[in-house]
Amino acid sequence: MSATSDDLDKGRRHFLTLATGVAGGVGVIAAAVPFVSSFRPSARARALGAPVEVDISKLEPGALIKVEWRGKPVYILNRTEAALATLPPLDGRVRDPESQQPQQPDYARNQYRSVRPEVFVMIGVCTHLGCAPEYRPDVAPADLGPDWKGGFFCPCHGSKFDLAGRVYDGVPAPLNLAVPPHRFLSDNTLLIGDDRGLG
Amino acid sequence: MNRFIGFLALALFIPAAFAAGGGSGIVMESHNDVGNIASLQRGARNFVNYCLGCHSAKFVRYNRVARDLGISEEDLAKYLMWTAEKPHETMDVAMPADDAARWFGRTPPDLSLIARSRGVDWLYTYLMTFYVDESAVFGANNLMLPGASMPNVLWELEGRKEAVFEETVDDEGNSHEEFVEFRQLTEGSLSPEEFDQFATDLVNFLDYMGEPMQLKRQSLGIRVIAYLLVFFLLALALKKEFWKDVH
Amino acid sequence: MANGQAGAIGERIRSVGDWIGARFPISSMWREHLSEYWAPKNFNFWYYFGSLALLMLVMQIVTGIFLTMNYKPSADEAFASVEYIMRDVPWGWLIRYMHAVGASFFFIVVYLHMFRGLMYGSYRKPRELVWILGMLIYLALMAEAFMGYLLPWGQMSYWGAQVIVSLFGAIPVIGDGLSEWIRGDYYISDITLNRFFSFHVIAVPLVLLALVVMHILALHEVGSNNPDGVEIKKHKDETGKPLDGIAFHPYYTVKDLVGVAVFAILFSAVVFFAPEFFGLFLEHANFEPADPLKTPEHIAPVWYFTPFYAILRAIPSKIGGVTLMGLAIVVLFLLPWLDRSPVRSIRYKGWIFRTAIAVFAVSFLALGYLGLKEASPTYVLLARIFTFLYFAFFVLMPFYSRWDKPKPAPDRVTYHHE
Repeated sequence: MSATSDDLDKGRRHFLTLATGVAGGVGVIAAAVPFVSSFRPSARARALGAPVEVDISKLEPGALIKVEWRGKPVYILNRTEAALATLPPLDGRVRDPESQQPQQPDYARNQYRSVRPEVFVMIGVCTHLGCAPEYRPDVAPADLGPDWKGGFFCPCHGSKFDLAGRVYDGVPAPLNLAVPPHRFLSDNTLLIGDDRGLG
Repeated sequence: MNRFIGFLALALFIPAAFAAGGGSGIVMESHNDVGNIASLQRGARNFVNYCLGCHSAKFVRYNRVARDLGISEEDLAKYLMWTAEKPHETMDVAMPADDAARWFGRTPPDLSLIARSRGVDWLYTYLMTFYVDESAVFGANNLMLPGASMPNVLWELEGRKEAVFEETVDDEGNSHEEFVEFRQLTEGSLSPEEFDQFATDLVNFLDYMGEPMQLKRQSLGIRVIAYLLVFFLLALALKKEFWKDVH
Repeated sequence: MANGQAGAIGERIRSVGDWIGARFPISSMWREHLSEYWAPKNFNFWYYFGSLALLMLVMQIVTGIFLTMNYKPSADEAFASVEYIMRDVPWGWLIRYMHAVGASFFFIVVYLHMFRGLMYGSYRKPRELVWILGMLIYLALMAEAFMGYLLPWGQMSYWGAQVIVSLFGAIPVIGDGLSEWIRGDYYISDITLNRFFSFHVIAVPLVLLALVVMHILALHEVGSNNPDGVEIKKHKDETGKPLDGIAFHPYYTVKDLVGVAVFAILFSAVVFFAPEFFGLFLEHANFEPADPLKTPEHIAPVWYFTPFYAILRAIPSKIGGVTLMGLAIVVLFLLPWLDRSPVRSIRYKGWIFRTAIAVFAVSFLALGYLGLKEASPTYVLLARIFTFLYFAFFVLMPFYSRWDKPKPAPDRVTYHHE
């Protein structure tokens, strides 16, 4: 192994080119981080997207109110005993009866998809293409057919959901309507967007 | 050539003069330290208690202050958040701007950036040089800002003091009033040392508010420059290696 | 095995390269402007500033694009949106400081680049057009910087724009109408801000980019000058390569990389430790929102305009001051035809020309300093003296450049291997 000085120079040159190239590349990537990160929601966006407190003391059984959270409609529905009773028989006709898909926080992964059975909180954005589904509590109306037990109907492409936001089989929407993080601050106060303490 | 670089360096390093607004020409040096978190916490308390009633800091969010100053959300709500309901809101003023303009002749300025536009020495001098002046609307005047429309809101802490002026006549026969000294009239609830600390903490907090990222900026700068030095050495070795070809 | 795979991937890349090469002159461009652009081997310290100016242009464009995403060009929101960038946007403060400090560094680099040309006679035949295109870049850059400075909508932004737009009012007959037309209003208003924004983010940058491309193409057509000011194309080897020329790539790319590293260190030192640079890069009064009813006590343009501002103030007549200020820039364009010296470089010029350049440099810096200070009688007197010297440098050049006794320039460049 006797290398000429020429070979040595070549090796050194190659090594230095590589080392400088790698160091420069690392620098450029590091310099790109602030620019890429600047796209994240700003402090103002986060302030505006902060959790929303809702007073539900005036929410009559069967009634639905809409509140805005992070630019999306959040539906809060007070379900009656009769409404809750419609849910188990529909298990066979919805895609994801057990809420296997991660469309809700763990504490809402139950039969009623809610913390308290009667109070249902969901994001009013159809999982198909983002329209706002209509609340249709009327049983067996003319346009939705005799099998309709009350639920949500998306006027854009006809997707149907039951009163727990579970999507029916045979409609374009693939997933159940999403349940946002939320928790009860007191019996009548709901905090949408923050579930600290519920884990 | 080196001479030229010298000139350039000189020209660049001559700081532009701060607008000298004082009638007295007296400027006291502020010894605040933005790295002193305890001082910033006291300054924040001083600020919300004595300034925020009339002045806003509309670019400053409460939760940012709490995070940067190591204040818990509970303490934030208890001691600082007078004018807002949510920690992410900005420090708005409780008093309507119209009322303020009517009472003081002008709307008290927003203080978010006051340390950057006036400088900390100006602010410190301003806070330290209020004196009794019966001819002024609110019974107080200031050496840094003569005719200031702000009442001396700190008089209970500092006590009342009067300024002694001396009449001097210049070569052209014009007379000038020159400030000589302050004379304490009544004791305040704070000793002079305590009041000085109070003002320094307050100026410190104003300094922080002007540029909340200034501490982070410097620590990041050290790392960036350390990296660049490594890159410089590599680039220099690479250059020397290639330039062996050039004869 | 691994080698075979790497070889196959290399083959694939090469074939994609060939495909593009058959349709786009990428390899001939690479040769013409980099690997076979023969640059004199004796470039010194002063030759870093061309590539650094290009770097600054790129950096200003990139940071500018990201600032535009959060800035609001309206009188009601502009000031607050800059503070929003500084406080609420993740890393916004760094991007804003890079842009603001970058403007000043851009001018430092460009002034040094221009002074290099002045010292080594880079404006002389056949490089007159390179110089003129460079001067046009300088003009565009001044317009870009001026309009950019209005955008933060602080007190200095406002009153600086007020003063500069008023300069147009000095033009006889059309002056007042012209400044009103520029503002689009009777005062610097939301309308003015909005149009300056448009100029700053798209119109002037497009012009700048086009001019920079032309500047480089013109340079590569005639070849680079060097500190000796001698033409390297006079002596070529049998392949047509100048004997004193070396390939720009890799020799000057690796050398410029060292320059970039040093420059980046200085730039970072300012961005991270003194972004206001003692009130020179970001002026204190600009942290107060624009108030059309209250002029700050002391207004001065940003430092890179102050030499011309000092000339303006030195003349006790509005039209006279504006004219002289304009002429101060016009004379720079004429430089290629004012210099009658038989040699290009300051290295071989005689004592008269060397003194003249030194006096000019001192006058320019002195005017820059005076432009920052208040207009006291002493300062105005000094400004007049230096204004006189500034113009004397150009006006008398045709004469002293001929009287001057230059040393004989060498036939080949001087280069000492380290």
